[in-house]
Amino acid sequence: MNATDEPSEIEFLLPWYAAGTLGEREARQVEAALARDPELASRYEWVREELAQEMAINEATPSPAERDVQTVFARIDALPRRAAASPNRQNRIAEFFAGFAPRTLAWSAAAAALIIAVQAGVLADLMIKQSAGSYSTASAPASDHGDGAYVLMRFAPDATSTEIANFLSANKLSIVDGPAAGQVYRVRVTLTKLDPAELTRIVKTLQGDKVVGFVAAVQ
Amino acid sequence: MSTPSDEILIARIAKGDRLAMAALFARYRTPIFRFVLRIVRNETDAEDVNSDVFVDVWRQAATFEGRSAVSTWMFSIARFKALNQLRRKPVDILDEEKAETIVEDADDPEVALAKKDKAAALRQCLTKLTVDHREIINLVYYQHKSVEEAAQIIGIPEATVKTRMFYARKKLSELLKERGIDRGWP
Repeated sequence: MNATDEPSEIEFLLPWYAAGTLGEREARQVEAALARDPELASRYEWVREELAQEMAINEATPSPAERDVQTVFARIDALPRRAAASPNRQNRIAEFFAGFAPRTLAWSAAAAALIIAVQAGVLADLMIKQSAGSYSTASAPASDHGDGAYVLMRFAPDATSTEIANFLSANKLSIVDGPAAGQVYRVRVTLTKLDPAELTRIVKTLQGDKVVGFVAAVQ
Repeated sequence: MSTPSDEILIARIAKGDRLAMAALFARYRTPIFRFVLRIVRNETDAEDVNSDVFVDVWRQAATFEGRSAVSTWMFSIARFKALNQLRRKPVDILDEEKAETIVEDADDPEVALAKKDKAAALRQCLTKLTVDHREIINLVYYQHKSVEEAAQIIGIPEATVKTRMFYARKKLSELLKERGIDRGWP
């Protein structure tokens, strides 16, 4: 196609052909045109390159910050209630976090499931030890959700049992419940309530530890 | 375990089901965020818009009539809100003239390297397009929207979608040419 030529209908369709979003009939038309027109085929290589680079730009873009979850649901909670009954809060939180695994998670599903199972077993063991008094901060019953400051926490998939135990001990944390869906645990930070700003500061500190996959304050 | 369709989730959201909302949110938070970010080009603004989109989905689910796919409807909402965000911050809009200036002025080592690297040059040029062109490129290449879906999201005829995409690609060619890469057309 030179500068004065009008682009053909096929030329217009190349991007959708590259993206695989053309209907069957149009896709066959493009395929036939590419087969008989080497110049068009050459231009199609550019289309494929454009698609690849647009994908690269987007995949290099950060995902939205996990705080958007709290933001959206806090705003929804502030809206008038719907007539239909909604599930209880605990189930909401558990189900809510179930979809949080990053799409680009490098682990295979099987490996991830195995790691999560092992990690859940390790953490269940830690909960038992804590409730038996292995940790000084676990003097209250493990199921106690009363006064105190709490966070919801998911551990990094590759965190080892030793790392998690050391992390909990070093930060004087106690797992009091979990895992909920999404492998989220309820973790007590202190036995007394904290000022929200102080709890936020602690959450930020905890978030920086490689053992932590996700952490959010429970208000 | 089967995954509920978007349509089923929307029907449940319309009845106030927050678990369905959580599932839809988990499914679309990143694609919508990235689409919005390509328009507004500011992460904080994109997060704000993203949040607005899902709150609107919650509020308007009962009014969804199924005339388009759920994702198309959501992208339409996202587009509308992203463009509104841009209008509120006109200083952030990078128009075509500015983009061209940046290309011409950006003769730094990075650009010099880009000139030698087709892929890097193409990535740079993709970010220099106008809002309309970035939007159509993202919908077609990254969000994998058909001609019909893109037309519904943007609110223009299908023929205009095709020509807009063509002219976005033509502009890319011009930007690449300025960097010493002549792909020979249009």
